[in-house]
Amino acid sequence: MPTTWLILAIAALAALGFVAGRARAMTSAGGDARRLHSLPAYYGWNVALTVLTPALGLFVLWMLVQPFLVDRHVTGLIPDSAIGQGSSRGLVMSDVRRVAEGLSVLEARGADADDIAAMTPEALQDEMAAVGVALGTPMTPAVKAAAEAYRAETDGWRTWMGVAVLAAALGGLALSWRMTDKDFRARNTVERGILFMLLGAALVAILTTLGIVLSMLFETANFFEAYPWQKFFLGTNWAPDFRGNSELAILPLLWGTLYISLIALLVAVPIGLFAAIYLSEYATKRVRTLAKPAIEILAGIPTIVYGLFALITVGPMLRDWLAQPLGFGNSSSSVMTAGLVMGIMLIPFVSSLSDDIINAVPQSLRDGSYGLGATQSETIKQVIVPAALPGIVGAILLAASRAIGETMIVVLGAGAAAAQFNQGLGEVVNPFQAMTTITVKIVSQLTGDTDFSSPETLVAFALGLTLFVITLGLNVLALWIVRRYREQYE
Amino acid sequence: MTDMTAGAAPVRGTLVADAHTRKRNASEKRFRLYGAIAVSLAVIALVFLLTSIVRNGAGAFMQTYISLDVTLDAAKLDKSGNRNPVEMAKVTTFGYAPLIKDAMASTIAANGIEIEGLDKPEDLISKEASAQMRDVVLANPELVGETRRFEFVADGRIDGYYKGRVTMQSAERDSNVTPAQLRFADALKEAGLLETRFNWNFITWPDASENRPEVSGLGVAILGSFYMMLIVLGLALPIGVAASIYLEEFAPRNRLTDLIEVNISNLAAVPSIVFGILGLAIFINFVGLPQSAPIVGGLVLTLMTLPTIIITTRASLTAVPPSIREAALGVGASKMQTVFHHVLPLAGPGIMTGTIIGLAQALGETAPLLLIGMVAFVREYPSAPPEGFFEPATALPVQVFNWTQRADPAFIERASGAIIVLLVFLFIMNAIAVVLRRRFERRW
Repeated sequence: MPTTWLILAIAALAALGFVAGRARAMTSAGGDARRLHSLPAYYGWNVALTVLTPALGLFVLWMLVQPFLVDRHVTGLIPDSAIGQGSSRGLVMSDVRRVAEGLSVLEARGADADDIAAMTPEALQDEMAAVGVALGTPMTPAVKAAAEAYRAETDGWRTWMGVAVLAAALGGLALSWRMTDKDFRARNTVERGILFMLLGAALVAILTTLGIVLSMLFETANFFEAYPWQKFFLGTNWAPDFRGNSELAILPLLWGTLYISLIALLVAVPIGLFAAIYLSEYATKRVRTLAKPAIEILAGIPTIVYGLFALITVGPMLRDWLAQPLGFGNSSSSVMTAGLVMGIMLIPFVSSLSDDIINAVPQSLRDGSYGLGATQSETIKQVIVPAALPGIVGAILLAASRAIGETMIVVLGAGAAAAQFNQGLGEVVNPFQAMTTITVKIVSQLTGDTDFSSPETLVAFALGLTLFVITLGLNVLALWIVRRYREQYE
Repeated sequence: MTDMTAGAAPVRGTLVADAHTRKRNASEKRFRLYGAIAVSLAVIALVFLLTSIVRNGAGAFMQTYISLDVTLDAAKLDKSGNRNPVEMAKVTTFGYAPLIKDAMASTIAANGIEIEGLDKPEDLISKEASAQMRDVVLANPELVGETRRFEFVADGRIDGYYKGRVTMQSAERDSNVTPAQLRFADALKEAGLLETRFNWNFITWPDASENRPEVSGLGVAILGSFYMMLIVLGLALPIGVAASIYLEEFAPRNRLTDLIEVNISNLAAVPSIVFGILGLAIFINFVGLPQSAPIVGGLVLTLMTLPTIIITTRASLTAVPPSIREAALGVGASKMQTVFHHVLPLAGPGIMTGTIIGLAQALGETAPLLLIGMVAFVREYPSAPPEGFFEPATALPVQVFNWTQRADPAFIERASGAIIVLLVFLFIMNAIAVVLRRRFERRW
């Protein structure tokens, strides 16, 4: 892998730079470190960092930009006649990339380059299928030519990249080595460099958010070009069909999401809240040291475990004991299954947040209430909970945002069929009915073979953006409530 | 109490509880009971969850094996007779299947087993057996012509029979197994040719196809998860620590800093599936990294783990008292030297604890990995890093999901077994975190 060698070469240059820079500084100070401005190692670091930063920066930038340029150029090489009926330039390009990849595989296995160039497209396709590179459509001469051009250009640019990156490294080395002498303020320079790196690391958070928003925004825009937004937001039916003519309305999914979240909250909020109250106000020390970690373990269990629990234990149990005897249906995946299990998952979330909030209520409020003759439960109900209410509401909203964004439990426990509004209200509110959510559909539309030009795939991005906006809104609302209504006790 | 008088019958205060007081006391008791019920419900849920998983999954660690003496017939395996592995490789697994059939017939004859209505006795052995035998023969060509005892993995249904999943009644309705075959398995067990024992292969073997649950394992998934954890550790720890140092020690109070803070607390609450969309759109479609590769999974999980690491690191940085910083500055250290030589090492144990907890979270994360193609069926072990980071692999939690989507109930057992493995890893990681905290935590 030449890229590995390139990075190793840069690292070696940096190490060399460290030694050389340090040595040069020491020489310029006549071997007496006390006459240097900074400690000797800083001169070394200065050279090493000036080698690394431009070289690696250029490398990353090149790796990002090169595929674009090559793609654009090669796309232009494909004649219009090579684009078949029902195909598009993008699809042909993905074939070209695949063939180019296949060519690399063949050459890596020792095939002769001239032989490959002389092969007919059909023969080449067979050759490639033999090494595991399968093509969807028959290879045309135009695709073969474009693939060869693609590979030649990619390889050519790669070579140039190696040269440019090494030149940058060497340039940095030479420049900083020349700058090194005993009066050079090496420590300040290095520290400024490190400060910028620290800032860069902190900026990753912003970049991530930006990446999330932009990636979903672009694809959502593409989706709304292919599918009218009125039908997405206001329609009542979810029936994707990869042959076209899909109905992709968010309402049935949103209903499923909210219904399941509601049941989850109905389970988690009372249990979590009462558990928090009991553990902080009533429980003896022994109970607390046992029960508190046990509840916290619930928070550490991955959601896939809850999902499997819903699938193999809770679902069949609810079906056999409740749904079938009561005549509510016979599906083991249902709103109830997912809601119940998700509720269990959220218990520690509600209880630990409420616990913190209840403990933050000052003792003087309790003592005042007891002094007036209130019992412990009256104190809790009339003093502590009202005082802690903003925090508790915030905690519940955060739990709701968790529930809405939860994926694995609903994928395994809630089922894949969207709520059917045209079947009447009874079907839609039956908690033992299988129902699907936004997250389940994001997973199902984006796994497997996906075609990023069909609305059936792109709808996942619109759903993702909706989900992001809803959860973000809930989080912001929770924070706002906590800030706005929090009492500051001194 | 002052109103207790000596000699008189013990009177507990002068208060006679009237109806209102009794009501209040009853309500107090009730309230207390609700609390106790809530706590016990939560604990019961935990116990129920864990026992259900363990009960369902324990079977995956046991496997039934059948021993057979197979004659490696030279006429069938090596027609040219020169024991050249390249030529012998032309005989496919189909060429090996009859040998197992013959071996089964001779075993029946040798042990005098007579089962009424026994059809296809070779079905007791996994379909994978002929491929495994072929691998052994190709690796040791000199075995051809000899009779050798092989230990084969039993078919999933037979295995299920000894774990209680398959019964005589269910076999009647099952098209894949007959009661006669089960009786035959019992006869083999009596003859000492069939045994159920601990199954290391479950940990080391790769995934297997839809109808061969008995030979599926977690090897590729564990390796894939391990690679992803390496990437997360290698990226999230330095970036997270650097970001925390900047925010805690250097950041001026301005809009940029506020923006970063808001973003971090927001990212901590973004649903995990959204990170999967990010990975698909940016890392796969935009940058062009390969699907199903640990590098993409690692990057996505890095972004998800960053907020956790940043939050815990900042907490441990603030826990280092200012006197340490002032002392260092006082003897002439620069701000940067103060942080890197004194504050950071003192915050080290806290950072490590936070990192391990973040890694544990990342290890159990499933949803984003589904979107970046880690659900693919992968049988090849990825090679050693760095190349292995770019080769297809799966991950432990995704393997669980994968197995739940298959029809054969034996895969549900495997999925629960995989969960047990996952929980053991998580338990170890959290235990290390707790020990680190206990051992190194300093109260100032």
